[in-house]
Amino acid sequence: MTVRGRRGAPGRAGFPWSAPTWPAGLDRPAPEREVGADYDTAWARRYPARLARAVVVDNVTRPLAHVVASPRVEGVELLSLAEAPVILAANHASHLDTPLLLSVLPTGLRHRTVVAAAADHFFDRRWKAHLWAGVLNAVPIDRHRVNRRSADLAAGLLEEGWSLVIFPEGGRSPDGWFQAFRGGAAYLAVRTGRPVVPVHLAGTWRLLPKEGRGLRRGRTTVRFGTPMRPDDGEDARRFGARIERTIAAMADEASSDWWSARRRAAAGTTPPGTGPDASPWRRAWALGTDPSVAERDEPGRWAVRRRRRD
Amino acid sequence: MSPRPGFVLEVDRSTPPTLFWHGEGFRLERLPVGSRVLYGPEPVAALEDPVSAIRGALLEPLGDSEPLAALLRPGMKLTIAFDDVSLPLPPMRRPDVRQLVIEQVLECAAEAGVDDVVLVAALALHRRMTDAELRHALGDRVYDAFAPHGLLRQHDAEDPDDLVHLGTTDQGEEVEINRRAAESDLLVYVNINLVAMDGGHKSVATGLASYRSLRYHHNPRTMQHSRSFMDQERSELHSSNWRMGRLIARSGVRVFQIETTLNTDTFPEQFRFLQRREWEWTARDRAGFLASSKALERTPPRVARTIFHSIRAPHRMTSVQAGEVEAVHARTTANVYAQQLVAVEGQSDVLTMGLPYICPYNVNSIMNPILVACLGLGYFFNMYRGAPLVRAGGVLVLSHPTPWDFHPGHHPSYIDFFEQVLTESTDPVEVAKFEQAFATDPWYVHLYRTGHAYHGVHPFYMWYWCAHALEHLGAVIVVGGDRAAVRRLGFTPATTLADALEMASDVVGPDPSVLHLHSPPLALADVRP
Repeated sequence: MTVRGRRGAPGRAGFPWSAPTWPAGLDRPAPEREVGADYDTAWARRYPARLARAVVVDNVTRPLAHVVASPRVEGVELLSLAEAPVILAANHASHLDTPLLLSVLPTGLRHRTVVAAAADHFFDRRWKAHLWAGVLNAVPIDRHRVNRRSADLAAGLLEEGWSLVIFPEGGRSPDGWFQAFRGGAAYLAVRTGRPVVPVHLAGTWRLLPKEGRGLRRGRTTVRFGTPMRPDDGEDARRFGARIERTIAAMADEASSDWWSARRRAAAGTTPPGTGPDASPWRRAWALGTDPSVAERDEPGRWAVRRRRRD
Repeated sequence: MSPRPGFVLEVDRSTPPTLFWHGEGFRLERLPVGSRVLYGPEPVAALEDPVSAIRGALLEPLGDSEPLAALLRPGMKLTIAFDDVSLPLPPMRRPDVRQLVIEQVLECAAEAGVDDVVLVAALALHRRMTDAELRHALGDRVYDAFAPHGLLRQHDAEDPDDLVHLGTTDQGEEVEINRRAAESDLLVYVNINLVAMDGGHKSVATGLASYRSLRYHHNPRTMQHSRSFMDQERSELHSSNWRMGRLIARSGVRVFQIETTLNTDTFPEQFRFLQRREWEWTARDRAGFLASSKALERTPPRVARTIFHSIRAPHRMTSVQAGEVEAVHARTTANVYAQQLVAVEGQSDVLTMGLPYICPYNVNSIMNPILVACLGLGYFFNMYRGAPLVRAGGVLVLSHPTPWDFHPGHHPSYIDFFEQVLTESTDPVEVAKFEQAFATDPWYVHLYRTGHAYHGVHPFYMWYWCAHALEHLGAVIVVGGDRAAVRRLGFTPATTLADALEMASDVVGPDPSVLHLHSPPLALADVRP
């Protein structure tokens, strides 16, 4: 019996006018995901989207970041030691980190940078995926498992000339101290041969922490380090550890001064960025004594109420 | 994601209608609940760097052959023969695999300082290729370097000056092949293996042979004893070709065989629904199907034919092997089986299939009723290993418009065969009695040698290809075909598939088991009765 045109129940168009039914004898595979790590962000790197994003970042994000976070930028001249594309590896304590970091990058680099964002958080819904890909030029990175697609995507973008912002901790700090670094930035550097620029962001946790109150105004510091490359024979694991030590030393520098921090680094006594191994209140106490943070720990004139995440 | 293997689907109430080719169009048919549908494996990944793969194959040949470079020397006579327009189907996008291989062979020949090189299209009794077809197959570089100097030739199975008799096999088969190929210091044969039947000794022993030689294996007896000719171990067609090929080798003809396999990625993106399983059709696939089928319903057949014959398949090379014929072919066949075999449990009472617009003998031409029969009963029926998909005495149901239409330039003897021979008998053995008259008819010979006509005997061969199926089947029913043309073939016309299945039950009994051979992608059934 030839199926011609509409058929099936009255008032309902049958196949092929409507979607096919699935044979009962076959297991139905999970539907193809088009969000999360599978979301295709290529559209956000085409010229119309880049132009629109440049307008938004330069005229909205950047002024807002400066109003909210009043960043002091140090070491930006070191960026000229490495030719783009580079891997910008930063500590991560707040959702403010990305717009803040983007807003202080030199203009050319800012508009040619993608941001590695957690696929399960920023790309779990289609509207969120569109939003973050469009506004921040974010690309989805699977942080809970080794995902070849994510690695290939990031490496491919570097090879295409896009610099990459990556947070090696894999997520925001729950208490302002560092979490253990993962190997993604080092792996990409070894794989692509691109330099890693260590970045330390101080103060953002106070303004918009992972858990707790809403956004408040304050001061922050963005410190760029000397671009790093893997030494001969240095594998990704060891290079990753070196990146972590470098950013910890930059954090130490933020809490003291460069010379003191260098001496501690030379002596191998740089305090670990992960904070003291103590009870939560002592960790919070230790963090509170950080002068560069304490200086900013003043509520702004306004606050944005923020729904607490479960 | 790695390609999924083929499988047999059992139709249930939830199964959407099944796609049938119907000449230059398609039909969606609802098969009875409990029917089975054989889906071929998805196309395998192509070689990432085919040129390096070819060079590797030439440097490291299989069997007892030396590398190609070691076989080449200044002053030698080199002939490169290649498969004709009948492969691949549909013709592939540029660069054709023959171009890729021949360019590498010529690179080696140039490095070795070989001057005397001739290219020969291995036509057997097929029509001569047009200049455009040769250019497409070989690429501009090769065509422009050889054709203007008369060094690109087409095998002429009726040219007594360009044929040489090499001897007779122990079965009494005379072996006569192209003189230039036989008298060369090295014959390089460039093959395309689309199905398991192609290649091996058949390349030279058939592709470069004369009618005198071909008649020993292109006859009803050989075809009836090839079960099937996709299974070389059980194919008398191949046994005969192997005897001839070994005689050719013993005669001193040095053959360096290069065989390639292609994936089953047959149709371009706009027809991708053809290759997909119906329940996985996306909105885009459904829109593509509706748009193309509705448009084709309103398109004159001649225009539809032109559209379809302009399709260039995205086939890509999946393997290449070179060296001694039998060692090469063993590897090639294993690769084809790996791409196409699907296990099937048990035969069915009724086998259904939709036939497309193309077969090996109507590229850029018309699919006449004899070719419809050959494609259904010759090719698709024989896509098995072990046992046929349909039981002895079962029914084959074909879907094709089967127009009473012939290309007078390409198939002149087909017209007379249809009018004069099939009116006498459709039994291949009876039909064979008329063979000599057609094979030696000077007008057909003239058209074959100077025009673009298939040899006068070719329609007989097409009918012989059906011999095994005709002997095996209880009836053949054609759905949606020209009723007069179908009856002339000795088959039964039916308007719809439901009618055809009703008529089939008169032959095989009520509630017959039905199996549909879904194509594309190509599948070779490994049937365990």
